Amino acid sequence: MPITIQIPTALRVFTDRKSEVRANGATVAGAIADFAASYPDIRQHLYDEDGTLRSFINIYLGDTNVKNLGGLDTPLKDGDTLMLVPAIAGGSCPR
Amino acid sequence: MSVIPDERTRDLSNDEISRYSRHLLLPEVGIEGQKRLAASRVLIVGTGGLGAPLALYLAAAGVGTLGVVDFDFVEASNLQRQIIHSNRDIDRPKTASAKDRIKGLNPGVEVVVHNTRLTSENALDIFAGYDLVADGTDNYQTRYLVNDACVLLGIPNVYGSIYQFEGQASVFYAKEGPCYRCLYPSPPPPGLVPSCAEGGVLGVLPGIVGTIQACEAIKLIVGGADSLIGRLLLLDAWSMKFRELRIERDPNCPICGASPTIRGLIDYEQFCGIGLPSDEAPIETITAVELKERLDRGDRLQLIDIRESHERAIVKFPGAKYIPLGQMARRVDEFDPSADAVFLCKIGQRSVFAIRALRDAGYDGRLINLKDGVNAWARDVDKSLPQY
Repeated sequence: MPITIQIPTALRVFTDRKSEVRANGATVAGAIADFAASYPDIRQHLYDEDGTLRSFINIYLGDTNVKNLGGLDTPLKDGDTLMLVPAIAGGSCPR
Repeated sequence: MSVIPDERTRDLSNDEISRYSRHLLLPEVGIEGQKRLAASRVLIVGTGGLGAPLALYLAAAGVGTLGVVDFDFVEASNLQRQIIHSNRDIDRPKTASAKDRIKGLNPGVEVVVHNTRLTSENALDIFAGYDLVADGTDNYQTRYLVNDACVLLGIPNVYGSIYQFEGQASVFYAKEGPCYRCLYPSPPPPGLVPSCAEGGVLGVLPGIVGTIQACEAIKLIVGGADSLIGRLLLLDAWSMKFRELRIERDPNCPICGASPTIRGLIDYEQFCGIGLPSDEAPIETITAVELKERLDRGDRLQLIDIRESHERAIVKFPGAKYIPLGQMARRVDEFDPSADAVFLCKIGQRSVFAIRALRDAGYDGRLINLKDGVNAWARDVDKSLPQY
């Protein structure tokens, strides 16, 4: 099922600078896997060595973290938008 | 509810009443709110892009005591965004420069300078006695340290963070809502998210985010406002869009959950994977001078510039092939395993990820990283080039 994934600036280097990409999936896990297959360079940033999604990236469906819905098994419907919200640390940038 | 108990407040002088009259005219602030501000003690961690507007607005608002923590010195490249420092402050300690500016703005503010790096050893001592902490740091290990110390001491952590055009702001206060670990249980592997020094940052962005933090700090002190507790505010300055996301408390949070496993400050360098032996095979490096020698000898090399096009416009590297970092895996066939490949970026950090991405994609030729990047080439080999 076609959905939209919003890409934060920190990860756009892997999506040809696109801020939104299309993906297909019936669940959050499926959509993210489809996205990673289309942009293979992002794989190592989304998944750790064991194939688990890295916990410094939160995935939001609407204004709710999918952790507080059904996790990666949260079902998606046509036209849903997922937003990737990674931890960013900048603030004083000394050098 | 204010974080300042009423018994700590004192009456305002006539001069203070004149100075803060625009606050006193707001029924939400009023005399009581201003008295709380005068009694409050706020610690600002980092006097950089976020710390600058934080310190200036909190000083202007009449916060009684402002602590500033920093170990760094003012550099010219800071002045594009760190508006608390001036050209004449270059090479001065940031805390000294910040103190002068705060005192110039409002001599009634007591400034406490902590001219040191925040560590697990000193954080609880430094934080003790402050009513809240505003986090304006620039790295993950200090962000977790600030979070954990605030949870352990039971004080709010007014959070802001920036990258390029994006900002995040929230209030982490374990007594009333989630903490930073509830949102991000663990940091990214070192270097995965480029620093502002590599990725850049729009100078005005920390001004916006730091000002939001100052607003949240003032609201927690005055009391009675809707704070960002349990909400993550996202800002994209390039499209000028704000978004608000809900953050839930994590009952399994290792520090603020029902059965905490973290009961004191830990080793945050280790937690963030800094300086740990990596499972990854080591990456071979070459210095700029050695690379020059190899090029002069006529060695057959593949020079790969992984920077983005706008960066190559700042400094071009002669003879390099351009393959941006984000395209390594899909362009693996363009490499020639029979020739050594040398990877170039600004300071030699992102190029490490390019090399790892190629290895992961199955490339078996020799991969070498240019130590300290194109900036080292400009510093040590071709001094006519700028460092950026």
